[in-house]
Amino acid sequence: MSNKERHWEKTKGLMMLTLAIWFVFSIVIFMFGESLNNGSFLGYPLAYYMCAQGSIVIFVVLIFWFANRQEKIDEEFGFAERGEDE
Amino acid sequence: MAEKFINKKDFISNLPKIYGTYTGGFLIFIILMAIAEQAGMDAKTIGILFVAFTVAIYALIGWISRTVQVDAYYVAGRQVPTVFNGMATAADWMSGASFVAMAGGIYFGGYTYMAFLVGWTGGYVLVSSLMAPYLRKFGCYTVPDFIGTRYGGNGARFMAVVVLTLASFTYVTAQINATGTIASRALGIPFELGVWVGLVSILLCSMLGGMRAVTWTQVAQYIVLIIAYLIPVFWISNKNGFGFFPHLMLADEVARLNDLEATFGLVKNAAADIKAAGVPGGLKSISVPHSDVPAGGMAAWKFISLAICMMVGTASLPHILMRYFTTPSVKAARKSVAWSLFFIALLYTSAPMLATLSKISLLDPNLPTGLIGKPIAEIMQIEWVNAWINVKQAFIADFNGDGVLQLNEWFMRGDVVVLATPEVAGLPYVISGLVAAGGMAAAMSTADGLILAIANALSHDIYYKIVDPKADVRKRLLVARALLIVIGAAGAYIASMRITSILGAVAWAFDFAMSGLFFPLVLGIWWKRATRAGAVAGMVAGLGSGTAYLIYVGPKFMAQTPWLGIDHLRFGIIGASVCLVVMVVVSLMTEEPDSATQKMVDEVRVPSGKTILGKAH
Repeated sequence: MSNKERHWEKTKGLMMLTLAIWFVFSIVIFMFGESLNNGSFLGYPLAYYMCAQGSIVIFVVLIFWFANRQEKIDEEFGFAERGEDE
Repeated sequence: MAEKFINKKDFISNLPKIYGTYTGGFLIFIILMAIAEQAGMDAKTIGILFVAFTVAIYALIGWISRTVQVDAYYVAGRQVPTVFNGMATAADWMSGASFVAMAGGIYFGGYTYMAFLVGWTGGYVLVSSLMAPYLRKFGCYTVPDFIGTRYGGNGARFMAVVVLTLASFTYVTAQINATGTIASRALGIPFELGVWVGLVSILLCSMLGGMRAVTWTQVAQYIVLIIAYLIPVFWISNKNGFGFFPHLMLADEVARLNDLEATFGLVKNAAADIKAAGVPGGLKSISVPHSDVPAGGMAAWKFISLAICMMVGTASLPHILMRYFTTPSVKAARKSVAWSLFFIALLYTSAPMLATLSKISLLDPNLPTGLIGKPIAEIMQIEWVNAWINVKQAFIADFNGDGVLQLNEWFMRGDVVVLATPEVAGLPYVISGLVAAGGMAAAMSTADGLILAIANALSHDIYYKIVDPKADVRKRLLVARALLIVIGAAGAYIASMRITSILGAVAWAFDFAMSGLFFPLVLGIWWKRATRAGAVAGMVAGLGSGTAYLIYVGPKFMAQTPWLGIDHLRFGIIGASVCLVVMVVVSLMTEEPDSATQKMVDEVRVPSGKTILGKAH
């Protein structure tokens, strides 16, 4: 496998992992909203809390994490951009 | 001179200072207004000053950012730093509807409505992992530019423009409508005139400088709208002793609402009763629990399916995707998505809190502001109740004739939650003026992004790429600006006719976009085997089937029973599924893309190296 192919394999892996986490917090948990609401967080009913704040905060953290991981992958295979700052 | 100034590296490195000063100036302006109010300035003047002052600043930024260069006009010169692009995207994203209507939606819809919150934020995970960095590497000016180059041929490019225009135009009339409503209320002019005032303000920001001007005004608009949204939320929460930091401390109020719902009883009024009582259109009473999850699999599916449509739609909306074409690098595009969602989350996580605060203020009989359970004659004496009833934004219908207000007898328009809560909670009028300025900023920034997305696609993809590829820069930018005016005027004309209600919900824009664009974009990057014939067939079939289904179930069209609960807000599920199947099948039936195309896709997948399309294409 060439360098490029290995880079793409790892990139795909990260994409799938990111989307798996996304799938859990955007879809799976709300399939069980009714029973979820029996639990609580900060005193809020849990399902209510998750759509009011919980999932949103998780998405923000997830995207920052994803961006950092992808940068590491790009550097590892020598595909990071050079000479361009933020 | 201004041209030179904004092109210099200095400008970019000075951005924090520039916008810091701007924010400070805005806060000082608020304080001055508060002092003026104490000194006896009337509410109307304060409202006018707030809207006029902020709009004048946006127009000034628009003028300073004017440009005669193609890449500055289309992609802001690709020099927008991550954090600032995040703010601009957040303003681009949060429309007048998000600002004014979202808290109201939660107020009436409770948990069920909050599927929109999940959908309108979760979509950014798709944007960052599937789309934005790769489109940035591609180096396109518009979304159809990517489709047209990746798949080749004018057919694919043209279909992408069709989907873009349909989705964005559905959205933009609602925005111009919102600017018109706010302008007319704040300036005290008729709505029909307010719409045109709104349009002129919108065009002042985008006409001369295209994407560059829109970028820097959107940052300024974000700062205004977030200040305008957060101050009332924190103020009300602290003033009424609900908690110092409402987001973490309103659990008791949520529980209390649950109890109150049980005490008062959630009654859904019969349509005939509502009609007989003469409740004005668009006004609703609370009939759905605040935090309870409705029972059953169908309810869960409706929540999830709505969230899916909004998420996939988010990742296909061109006016959002094109914001990530403006970052200096692929890496910056990825980071910028994260910052966008961070800035969006500041408002979206506050909306449920505002809804809770507003609801508890009105419902709780132990609070001085509570209305339910009080004699109607007494309620009619309250100034703000009177004011909103007079403008048909609120209504009392004494169904059981006992002279006491029940929960199901209090009607209100959703927008009132944001617009009136400061007043209800007894905050000074300066806050209401601030909220008007915030709503105006939210509606203007989204309208600018949308009009620019349509005008750029028509000028770059239709005019330059298809009609007249030899056109020089001057002519291209002239066409682009002429189109801005034409599209804006068309939107304003439709809005001024007050027929926006038949143009449908904002959700439709998401469904149109996902039906036609999601899979052609994703597969263009992630599946080398995707062919031109597949993409064109997918876009035609997806958009066609989605639209046909919308007409079949749409309450204002054929109004047939939705299949599996997929109603007119969720028709994108049908469109996108058809698009995927058709695109894959047709791609596999046609010959695989040539090696040049495959190589291009390989190049898109790595951040380093040159963009696929040159700096001036």
